[in-house]
Amino acid sequence: MLSSLYKKDKTASWLLGSIALLSVLVPLFNFIFPVESALHFSAYSVSIMGKYLCFALLGLSLDLVWGYCGILALGQGAFFALGGYAMGMYLMRQIGNRSVYGNPLLPDFMVFLNWQELPWYWYGFEQFWFAALMVMLVPGLLAFVFGWLAFRSRVTGVYLSIITQALTYALLLAFFRNEMGFGGNNGLTDFKDILGFNIQSEAVRASLLLISGFMLILAFVVSRWIMSSKLGRVVTAVRDQESRVRFLGYRVEHFKLWIFVFSAMLAGIAGALYVPQVGIINPSEFSPINSLEIVIWVAIGGRGTLYGAIVGAVLVNYAKTLLTGWAPEIWLFFLGAAFILVTVFLPDGLVGFWQRHFQAQKS
Amino acid sequence: MTELAHKPKTGELDTSHGPILYLEAVSVSFDGFKALNNLSMYIDAGELRCLIGPNGAGKTTLMDVITGKTHPDSGSVFFGQTIDLLQMDEPAISKAGICRKFQKPSVFETLTVFENLELALATNKGVWTTLFAKLNETQRDRIEQVLETIGLTEHRSHLAGILSHGQKQWLEIGMLLMQEPKVMLVDEPVAGMTHQEVERTAQLLLSLQSECSIIVVEHDMEFVRSIAQHRVTVLHEGSVLTEGTMDEVQNDPRVIQVYLGD
Repeated sequence: MLSSLYKKDKTASWLLGSIALLSVLVPLFNFIFPVESALHFSAYSVSIMGKYLCFALLGLSLDLVWGYCGILALGQGAFFALGGYAMGMYLMRQIGNRSVYGNPLLPDFMVFLNWQELPWYWYGFEQFWFAALMVMLVPGLLAFVFGWLAFRSRVTGVYLSIITQALTYALLLAFFRNEMGFGGNNGLTDFKDILGFNIQSEAVRASLLLISGFMLILAFVVSRWIMSSKLGRVVTAVRDQESRVRFLGYRVEHFKLWIFVFSAMLAGIAGALYVPQVGIINPSEFSPINSLEIVIWVAIGGRGTLYGAIVGAVLVNYAKTLLTGWAPEIWLFFLGAAFILVTVFLPDGLVGFWQRHFQAQKS
Repeated sequence: MTELAHKPKTGELDTSHGPILYLEAVSVSFDGFKALNNLSMYIDAGELRCLIGPNGAGKTTLMDVITGKTHPDSGSVFFGQTIDLLQMDEPAISKAGICRKFQKPSVFETLTVFENLELALATNKGVWTTLFAKLNETQRDRIEQVLETIGLTEHRSHLAGILSHGQKQWLEIGMLLMQEPKVMLVDEPVAGMTHQEVERTAQLLLSLQSECSIIVVEHDMEFVRSIAQHRVTVLHEGSVLTEGTMDEVQNDPRVIQVYLGD
């Protein structure tokens, strides 16, 4: 599969190669070179690199629905956050009696609320396999129910975009409430262990980065395979001429639903990998602006190419890291300006521009 | 029951009485405007029927009703004697064998000519089957055969977006053929075509007549004359004004009045 990919698409292979290399080298350099060496990568750069890879996976998931199927989903952040919460719940249950209140069963915030027992929906989350399953199932199920209702009623275009924004906003408000049992506005934090290993340790951080890199590559290869299958062509056809596809005998709503659910699951995985690396998940991850940012990453990188989403997510977030450290108040202006400039001057995004430039030079 | 007696089965196309499409007393209105007004019409199996009529006569609405895009306010639409089209949605109607070419060429411009035909191929169109779909020999041959019929064999691996207007129209007719239709609805196939292209399209449609029933909506009178061997139906203000051979229709004073005005 990989060798045939290399033959067909050198750009994609180079990108995947660099992701793999970085995921290995960054933690490796962090280990072997002493702090004073120029080649040393700090623990901070390990965790920020891991964060970028999670965002890249999130961007990739949006590209499937937006770039290929033409559904401008402005609620992708909700699936990311749900995956993150599922992972956060597992990590909370691993704290056990090491919490401030020392209750072996209940997380601190529940003790604080005077709850006597664990709510039913927290059952099973002490098991990693169960949490890992929920990371995909919960976003997938929400996407399924939401998508089934929306696509069956043929809600499209700007209306669909608006209700996806409303969806993530509604979840934001719901998760803010203490009574929901997800830690209210503080969210879930103070994690200690993951699979029995100290979550703060360098080895765990390095492994998380490696796993994020691996998942990103795996998601890319699988998405690529899907998009080069006949289903991929149907999905692209839906984007360009929806009613024509219907008259060819395809149930358009089923295809949209399938890709929407798959994409929500990928976003859930991204969220689950993100939470242990940043050490917290709170309702702000549901905020509508997060979902808008994902759209901007993909637009800047280039829609409908898969690697454009990865490039866009990493570049924009790198710029965000630099700019918010330097002048946080101008970040949103910068982001807005970048979005407008790309839309006007580079409608195919950076990757599209690079491809055209590169191909023009070759021919 | 004698041996000749005929037992109709629901869900199976039954054209034993002649017509393949029955439209009876169909009315559609949009915000009070009657696009179709108590329209009745029958299309025989194997017939090539031309539909003409001035703008706003209801030709496209009629196609929308047959293909399930628009639901009529009243009336009945049957495919053969047993299949009630009003109970079905677009994909189901298409699967039953009624395929449609749009007025504006609607091909998938970012896919190749071959891929356009592949998508139209009559096969299981479920999501999972489509994900794992591989073309077999018979299906490949079928695509090649259709490429040949529509004269686009050389363009098979070109993107449909770079085809000329005429070639796009033929590709779309090819996509209908891939669906192995029993009825083809063809909306304005020669609009914007050059003279040679019009002639080729006429030949193409006439050659397909043996495979299925065809309904052609067209403004171009010369084109209609070249393909109309059976009946021509004239629509006016949402109902059938008259039906007959091209000569009868063209000499009908009501038709002349509708087309030329008072």
